Amino acid sequence: MTEISADPIRVTHNWGSNEARRRVKARYTADRRLQFYGIAAIGTAMALLAVLFTSLIHAGIAAFTTTKVELDIFLDPAQIDREKPAKANYRKLVRGAFKSYFPDVKSRSQERQLYGIMSNGADYILRDYVVGNTDKIGQTVKILVPVSDPFDQLYKRIIPRRIDALSIDRIALFNALRQQGVLSVVDGSGVVRTTVYVDPGKVPSEGGLEAADYDAMVKEGLRSLFLKEYSRSYEEIVSDAAAGKLKALVAADPSLVGKTIDVDLPLAANYDNLLQTGQATMRNPRFSSDDEFVWFDSLEARGLIANPFSWELFFNADSRFPELAGLMGALSGSFLALLVCFLLSFPIGIATAVYLEEFAPKNRITDIIEVNINNLAAVPSVVFGLLGLALFLNTFGMPRSAPLVGGMVLALMTLPTIIVATRAALKAVPPSIREAALGVGASKQQVTMHHVLPLAMPGILTGTIIGLAQALGETAPLLLIGMNAFIPSIENIGLTQPAMALPTQIFSWADSPERGFVSRTSAAILVLLGFLIVMNLIAVYLRSKLERKW
Amino acid sequence: MQQLPIGATKMLSTVKPLLAETAAETKITARGVSVFYGEKQALFDVDVDIPKNSVMAFIGPSGCGKSTFLRCINRMNDTIPIARTEGTITIDGRDIDDPELDVVELRARVGMVFQKPNPFPKSIYENVAYGPRIHGLANSKSELDGIVENSLRRAGLMKEVHDRMNEPGTGLSGGQQQRLCIARAIATSPDVMLMDEPCSALDPIATARVEELIDELRESLTIIIVTHSMQQAARVSQRTAFFHLGKLVEESETTTMFRNPSDQRTQDYITGRFG
Amino acid sequence: MLSYLLLALLVLTIAAYYAGLAKARAFAAATGHHKSHHSLAGYHGAFVAAWAGIPSFLLVVLWLLFQGPVVDQLLIVSLPVERLQDLDAGQLNLLVSEIKSVAKGNIFGTPDEVVLAAAERYNSWNGIASWAMVASALSLTVVALFVARSMLAPRFRARNHVESITTVLMITCSLIAILTTVGIVTSLLYETMRFFSMVSPLEFFFGLNWEPQIAMRSDQVTAGGAFGAIPVYVGTLLIAVIAMLVATPIGLYSAIYLTEYASDGLRAVVKPLLEILAGIPTVVYGFFAVLTVAPAMREFGELLGFSIAPNSALAAGGVMGIMLIPFISSLSDDALNAVPQSLRDGSYGLGATKGETITRVLLPAALPGIMGGILLAVSRAIGETMIVVMAAGIIAALTLNPFEPVTTVTVQIVTLLIGDTEFDNPKTLAAFALGLVLFIATLVLNVIALTIVRRYREQYD
Repeated sequence: MTEISADPIRVTHNWGSNEARRRVKARYTADRRLQFYGIAAIGTAMALLAVLFTSLIHAGIAAFTTTKVELDIFLDPAQIDREKPAKANYRKLVRGAFKSYFPDVKSRSQERQLYGIMSNGADYILRDYVVGNTDKIGQTVKILVPVSDPFDQLYKRIIPRRIDALSIDRIALFNALRQQGVLSVVDGSGVVRTTVYVDPGKVPSEGGLEAADYDAMVKEGLRSLFLKEYSRSYEEIVSDAAAGKLKALVAADPSLVGKTIDVDLPLAANYDNLLQTGQATMRNPRFSSDDEFVWFDSLEARGLIANPFSWELFFNADSRFPELAGLMGALSGSFLALLVCFLLSFPIGIATAVYLEEFAPKNRITDIIEVNINNLAAVPSVVFGLLGLALFLNTFGMPRSAPLVGGMVLALMTLPTIIVATRAALKAVPPSIREAALGVGASKQQVTMHHVLPLAMPGILTGTIIGLAQALGETAPLLLIGMNAFIPSIENIGLTQPAMALPTQIFSWADSPERGFVSRTSAAILVLLGFLIVMNLIAVYLRSKLERKW
Repeated sequence: MQQLPIGATKMLSTVKPLLAETAAETKITARGVSVFYGEKQALFDVDVDIPKNSVMAFIGPSGCGKSTFLRCINRMNDTIPIARTEGTITIDGRDIDDPELDVVELRARVGMVFQKPNPFPKSIYENVAYGPRIHGLANSKSELDGIVENSLRRAGLMKEVHDRMNEPGTGLSGGQQQRLCIARAIATSPDVMLMDEPCSALDPIATARVEELIDELRESLTIIIVTHSMQQAARVSQRTAFFHLGKLVEESETTTMFRNPSDQRTQDYITGRFG
Repeated sequence: MLSYLLLALLVLTIAAYYAGLAKARAFAAATGHHKSHHSLAGYHGAFVAAWAGIPSFLLVVLWLLFQGPVVDQLLIVSLPVERLQDLDAGQLNLLVSEIKSVAKGNIFGTPDEVVLAAAERYNSWNGIASWAMVASALSLTVVALFVARSMLAPRFRARNHVESITTVLMITCSLIAILTTVGIVTSLLYETMRFFSMVSPLEFFFGLNWEPQIAMRSDQVTAGGAFGAIPVYVGTLLIAVIAMLVATPIGLYSAIYLTEYASDGLRAVVKPLLEILAGIPTVVYGFFAVLTVAPAMREFGELLGFSIAPNSALAAGGVMGIMLIPFISSLSDDALNAVPQSLRDGSYGLGATKGETITRVLLPAALPGIMGGILLAVSRAIGETMIVVMAAGIIAALTLNPFEPVTTVTVQIVTLLIGDTEFDNPKTLAAFALGLVLFIATLVLNVIALTIVRRYREQYD
């Protein structure tokens, strides 16, 4: 240090030089670059949020209406017993009414396809209608029943009638084959003539011809057809039956092993379609014949198809059929679980927070409790599910899938949120209020009950609502205690009855293969988000309107 | 602890005989009162006698322990977890630490008014009614109304608020708020009133109003007022105690204290050399 | 019956309140002056009500919790010895459930004599237990009511007693937090110990093969299934790393821009929007991954000529990253805001640009806080369940390729336990061992993170 001060070098800097100006400019560029990164980051986050919401709304909006067909049904007193209206054969009535629209449909298989347009639940809808309106027996009534899922999706333009069977490079692949002249139609189905080496190396010593890898032989043969590598998509050109055909040939003539043979392998359906019709599209496999489109179009032309608001989405129980599945079971289950959660976590959370904040002596035990609460807030939710499963279900033998147990687990998870919020709200009450009350001779508990808690209540309620909103969206712990039971009726609703919750309903619908469940799931999510938004708005309102600023 | 006659009070650094000019009855007696906040001692061995139906002022530089001692008298220090009190304080000869005496009863009998007006965020009526209600002082609504009105009248606030009893107490002006707090304290019919710099947040006119009130209340109450204003102490009190660095330096008739202090530190303080 | 009992207890408690109130009013009237008694009449009422209501309510709760297990034990003890021989724990459980279902009246086939007799005993014991509960709860209430009422006197300190009871209640509530932790730790430890009695810990911690789903017959409890959890841990870490790679830059740069550059108007818009992102339930993110992100990635991959699995680690991790953006951004926000203004002023005073101040002064100063936030986010990422359950794989493949499906600890816990409640095979118990690992890992991460953040805050306080 002394050396430096002993040798004072004056650094002069010419701020006006070009060099210096350039440097300043570069520094500003760096600044702008950082700003740009910031804007890009925020832009990305906002864009992702937008994509999330648009894709959910786009997919979910369709589920808020249900495509229905109008039926004229004569409620034949000969078939419906007025005393026991629930017992009649409504399937027959519904089908009869539907069939009357298409008098020229005769064959059994065609009839089956025709009835497939209607939802499976049509008979129950009629039954429920008749049970509720026994005075209508003997009259002809107009009743709307939902169409089955594929037609619902078709009417809403979610799925097309025809789908692209082949992508552009697959069509190129097909054209390459056609130029080689190996494609032909034999007995009404398209085949590709392929040279196959029946490789003895692929015939295992154990199992023999039966266990040979014909699939690999077919693939080898197909590869030889192509000079150019078309990734591996050339393997899809033959149908699944190709290996079987080869196997049958070899089984019929075991001497073929070790030889190279030409064999006509059956084309896959989409290539077959392209070869025979010249079209690169095919009928959507969700529909079983083109007749169905004709019938459906005719219903539409006659004005019998309607697309009203789907009350079913809110008031039906769960169902395996997407057009009938509703959220009533999930909503009631979530409501009950949240009720239990609130009744437990609200008083316990407030009592804990009040004790720690207002009464507890500062010692090791209260320190441990505090650390504990902070750590509980960070325990993964699935661990709470494990606790519920091991303790509530296994040790205490409480009922599985019940909102009571779900609510208890959620209460344990919500407790830290409520405790933290309550303590913050209690801290915000100025000490002068406490002193004033103590000064007139109120006991500590009277101070808390009469003054501090009422003043902290808006903050506590805000925290509680936020905690309950989190609990409403919580899924994993409910899965573990079985609150994803399939409950196709809403007759048995109770704290100890098996139930579903809104998020677990979303989970199980998301897992279902039917196309209609995609929009059902999105719609359920929109309902869930709607509830969350309302709860958060209430919390924001409470915070802004009722919370005092001291 | 045996009660010592006024004038024989043991002083800390200097022993100075005090002549009792008025042979008033003693209301509060403190002997050997020390207060610790954790490790730190805030008040050292205070002995003092406070006569009945008079105003005693505690003066001294900030942090000198005058408020700490005041808060001992209604055991408000109990509410601070790290605070620890030693020594004895008696009111009318009764030890305030007597386990038979409930602290809430003590605080009802020893009213307190704070530095900053702190009305409850409730109506004016509810502010005053709160004390009588929790102590069960009224058997009926009309009795309670009577207590509230009487307290507000004694606090000189009745005329200003009689037509807006249900409006929030926080809506009043600062001076009115402080008088509301006094009314609230009076409502439990205490016989001692502790005032911790009650005028420090008020303007001069409001201060004059409160000082008048203190003088009126003296007829029925023993009042102890902590103040940083020596003028105020001179105006309202009969006796004054000077605290310095946690010790009671001197206690005497107010006129004596200001004209002829016996301790050099008191002299320095009242002449403005420090504080 | 339970609801009637609770209703009766409630009615008796209210009655007790009025009994106390009436007695207190009576002696208040007798002595005339109100100051002569200690507490308000209401406290006398509350005192009697608390003693009448609380002990019997606790009795009912405890009774309900333990009646089931106790009756089960009695049932097992009462079964003939020859029937219990050669039964392992699983078969015994089965027998007990059979007896219970017969007792409920769900009789399938023709149960044997022993089962029928046991079912009858079971029903009668449960009946006896229920009536005993009603009788003891009601008599306890009535006795407590009269004893408590007889204690009332003008100078009786009812308020102090009621406040002590309230304090005890509050302490009890505070202990629930501790009990929850104790419950988590003991249940995880207990089931993990049982798991390790069937599967060696060495295999579990270091094995490379995870195939717990193999169907097991009763005679090969440990023969089938492989429980080497390394692939599961690797998958968990892979997805967490991907999530952090998405969340950290976006979250951190957003925080920098919002705290240092953005106008108040922009902040007022962006912050609530980020909060929305934070408030979306994870099941929604999971569905978003399946519905939108995974197909988009697949198509993008096809465009570039390589295949991305529909349940690739990239899709699951990426969506988890989106979920963590608001988390990182708000914690970094806090850390940056905690840097004192004086440091900024010092830097600006030297003529530094905003960007230089941020990168050279603010970020280094806020680094511990930001690191703490990132660690908390990692802990969230490895504990996150629904996104991976819906969007990641189930098969445990030991790979670091983000385009391949991998599985995670939480996925395994959920898939192992869905629809299975028999706690007698390593498959279900493995879930608890994984749960214990997860609990410890997140706990350690949180403790470290919170310590860093606290030290950092203290530095500037």
